[in-house]
Amino acid sequence: MTLTVCRIDDRLIHGQVVVGWGRPFEIERIVLVDDEVAASEFERELYRMAVPEQMALEFLTVAEATARLPALAEARDRVLVLTGSIPVMAALARSHPELVRQINVGAVHDGPGRREYARYVYLSEQELATLLGLVDLGIKVRAQDLPEARAISVAGWKPTR
Amino acid sequence: MTDDLHGVVVAHGAIAPALVESVEEITGVRGVLVPVSNSGCDRGRLEERILAAVGDRRAVVFVDMPSGSCLFAAARRLASHPGVKLVTGVNLAMLVDFVFHRDLTVELAAERAADTGSRAISQR
Repeated sequence: MTLTVCRIDDRLIHGQVVVGWGRPFEIERIVLVDDEVAASEFERELYRMAVPEQMALEFLTVAEATARLPALAEARDRVLVLTGSIPVMAALARSHPELVRQINVGAVHDGPGRREYARYVYLSEQELATLLGLVDLGIKVRAQDLPEARAISVAGWKPTR
Repeated sequence: MTDDLHGVVVAHGAIAPALVESVEEITGVRGVLVPVSNSGCDRGRLEERILAAVGDRRAVVFVDMPSGSCLFAAARRLASHPGVKLVTGVNLAMLVDFVFHRDLTVELAAERAADTGSRAISQR
C-alpha cells in the first residue's frame, strides 16, 4: 500500500488541495503535517473550515506523522498527506521511502534565496538538493499544481551553480 | 483628520483590484478600499500584505471565501487585532454600501456589510 497523494504546498489546506486534488483522487482523509498548526487550536479550527464534512482531517506533528505513516498507508480510505515545506516532506519520505513513492510539489512560492523552476515552484539550492536526493531514493518527485496540468519531473532540474 | 474606517479587500487572483476599481467607478469614492491579492504569496507573505494594508487604522477586512488561504492569512494575524473585523463572501453590493457608512463603529460596519451583502444574493 502507498499513500494516494503526498503534496508540498506552502499554503497548506486551500481550494487547490481540497477541490483540485481532493475530488479527482476521491480523497477521503487529509493529513496535515505541521508542528505549528498541530500545536494551535485556533489554526486547527481555521483549517477545519476548509474541509467538507465527509472528508476526515488529521493534524500531526512531524514526529507523529513519521510514526503513523504505515497505518495511514494501510488504511482503507484514500489519504492525502500535506506538508507546507520541503524539509518536512523529505523527513517523512526518508523515514518511509517504501510508502512515499511519489511527491507532488504543488506550491512553493518565491522567497529569499529562491529562484523560479516553475510558475508555482521557487527553490533555494538546498531545497533543490533535498528534492534531488529524494529522486535518488527512487521517489518520483514532480511539480504539478493541479491534476490536469502537465507534471514536470524534478529529476531534470539543475542547480544554478 | 478623519477617523473613518477603511476597507481591505483580500481575494484570489485579480478579484480584489477589480472589485475596488468597480466600487470607485460606481461611487466616485476613491482611496477608501485597499486591494490585496493572494497571487504569488505563501502564507507568510500574504499575511504581511494584509497587515500592511490594514496599517494602524480601524478597518473592515473583506475576504472572498468563508475559508481558504485568504481567510486563513487574515484570521491568523488579525483575530486579536483591535479595531479590525473580518467579513467573508465579499461582493460589490456590500462594498458600495460600505464606502458610504464609514463613520460607524467597526463592529456595526462589519455587521451592516454582511447584511447588505447577504441581501444582494437572490434568485428570480
